[in-house]
Amino acid sequence: MAIAETTRAQMREVLDRYPRKRSALMPLLHLVQADEGFITPEGVTLVAELVELTEAEVTAVSSFYTMYLKRQSGRVRVGVCINSLCAVLGGDEIWDALVDHCGTGNNQTTDDGAVTLERIECQAACTHAPVMTANWEFLDDMTVEKAKQVVDDARAGRPIQSTRGPAVRSFADAERTIVGVDDGLVADGDHRDDRILAGLRLAQQNGDAERSAEAERRGAQTVKGN
Amino acid sequence: MPLTPVLSAHWDEADSYTLDGYRRHGGYDALALAFAKQPDDVIQLVKDSGLRGRGGAGFPTGMKWGFVPQGDGKPHYLVVNADESEPGACKDVPLMLANPHSLVEGVVIASYAIRANHAFIYIRGEVPHAIRRVASAVREAYAAGLLGQNILGSGFDLEVTVHAGAGAYICGEETALLDSLEGFRGQPRLKPPFPAVAGLYASPTVVNNVETIASVPSIVTNGADWYTSYGSEKSPGVKLFAVSGHVERPGIFEAPMGTTMRELLEWAGGMRKGHRLKFWVPGGSSVPLLTEEHLDVPYTYEDIAAAGSMLGTGTPMVFDETTSVTRAVTRWLEFYKHESCGKCTPCREGTYWLVDLLRRLESGVGSDDDITRINEVSAQIAGRSFCALGDAAATPFPGAMKYFADEIALGTHTAASDLYDPVAATVLAGVNA
Repeated sequence: MAIAETTRAQMREVLDRYPRKRSALMPLLHLVQADEGFITPEGVTLVAELVELTEAEVTAVSSFYTMYLKRQSGRVRVGVCINSLCAVLGGDEIWDALVDHCGTGNNQTTDDGAVTLERIECQAACTHAPVMTANWEFLDDMTVEKAKQVVDDARAGRPIQSTRGPAVRSFADAERTIVGVDDGLVADGDHRDDRILAGLRLAQQNGDAERSAEAERRGAQTVKGN
Repeated sequence: MPLTPVLSAHWDEADSYTLDGYRRHGGYDALALAFAKQPDDVIQLVKDSGLRGRGGAGFPTGMKWGFVPQGDGKPHYLVVNADESEPGACKDVPLMLANPHSLVEGVVIASYAIRANHAFIYIRGEVPHAIRRVASAVREAYAAGLLGQNILGSGFDLEVTVHAGAGAYICGEETALLDSLEGFRGQPRLKPPFPAVAGLYASPTVVNNVETIASVPSIVTNGADWYTSYGSEKSPGVKLFAVSGHVERPGIFEAPMGTTMRELLEWAGGMRKGHRLKFWVPGGSSVPLLTEEHLDVPYTYEDIAAAGSMLGTGTPMVFDETTSVTRAVTRWLEFYKHESCGKCTPCREGTYWLVDLLRRLESGVGSDDDITRINEVSAQIAGRSFCALGDAAATPFPGAMKYFADEIALGTHTAASDLYDPVAATVLAGVNA
């Protein structure tokens, strides 16, 4: 399958961002996945031409990074964090339940082609453990029931709302977002929740926020006075 | 100790991530103040503030900037390490979601100081919403003349490229990050030369963590004296602490350096009801765990080090008495094994053997020899690896042995899951009961 012209145009735009072509290699590989679903031989050939490397050199890079896939995924890649903290807080139970629920294993896809399960490492969201992702959007504070619901929704083609991000989009769209293509969704998905605002709210309640702001004002006055 | 929301002061506003939201509270005022100074004076100001790297190593930021040779005729680069992947670390991603412009403003000021005309923000690929918000902030800044040519009429030009990784913890190591940014496998480089002399494209480069760079605008606006009025002499300033685990209310707390775990625990509502603290890890899985006896240790680089651990990312993971320390350590080692880049033998082979041996202990079929061997292999990795990932892999087990040797020894005859019911450790109340 040939890589679409819109993707090729995005690839040229990506190349312009870097002083040296080879630096564009990683975003170009993400765009190959946006178009093809995984790192295909055709994609490797095109990227090799664009950055003036051999196909072996491109493959040496793509095979190093876990986000570059070797085969087609289901429509929604569902990740479960199984690093220590998430695992202890329930990630292991969620993983076992999803394996059972889907009848698949790690990096395998359900028979209907809807869901690929993946054991993932720490997602920088430990305050919201146990954590999952769907096409890399956050699914915070998960339970076994919520996890099964995500899978059921994915299989039924129903929308999945991420917790701190927009409604989950296709894997291809996620890959374009990852390379910085403006998807118009920056305002979707509130960053504010009780975990993120825990300290700020406490500071506001006990007057610390005001004192901190006052200290900043005094500091600023001193700086300007110098 | 009071809470001191600085970076997080306006995170409760829905549009805190936008240019308008940032400017409403003086955003980008620091930029004009910085441009009014000579670049070397900005470096001096950051030196005077005592700001230290918030990514884990704690290297003095101003000193790092000062290492960049000036007048060398080479292009200089600033690279922001936004590859937050350390197990337990969850402060940079929320910051990028809520307040990406503080990062962008810090990028401009830092680039001006080190005389770089191209900066890169290397964000891990698995967080599209953070990429969305940072990329949007960069676009807004270009449109407002805060990036690009002749910024604010200063004569200073800066291009900023947002770059996404692709799932490799090792790229949080600064030289591996640079190799990755150059389009190679993310493997660490031999140091010296250090990036300040030969970094990106063999040119002088400063690599700084997100929180470090985002702290710069407030220091420029409020002065070094204001910053040093918080924390200790060696560890000044304020910091984003992120408390996770078996606490009532996990979350992010911005507070002065020197805050204790006891205070953080109190803010987080204490341990979950009916449970008591077993161990806590002060700054990511790469630092040794501590216990209840360390709750009053001030969160400074020097005090945490004196207590036998490291401040690291300053994001404590808290575990209660339902947790098997053997299970937690085994899982961390599985992570290091998975993320080892394979470049050097001690880390590549050592993590393989550590996981093999630890799994025996976790499943209750280990031996005393296994424990001896784990300690030996750890010792062979530590200090003999190419980069800090190897050292980190050698850290959890000896750290755990210091306080839980008896429990670990039970792994010679009893499985961890028989000693500690995994279901009891979850926060999935009722679901698995």
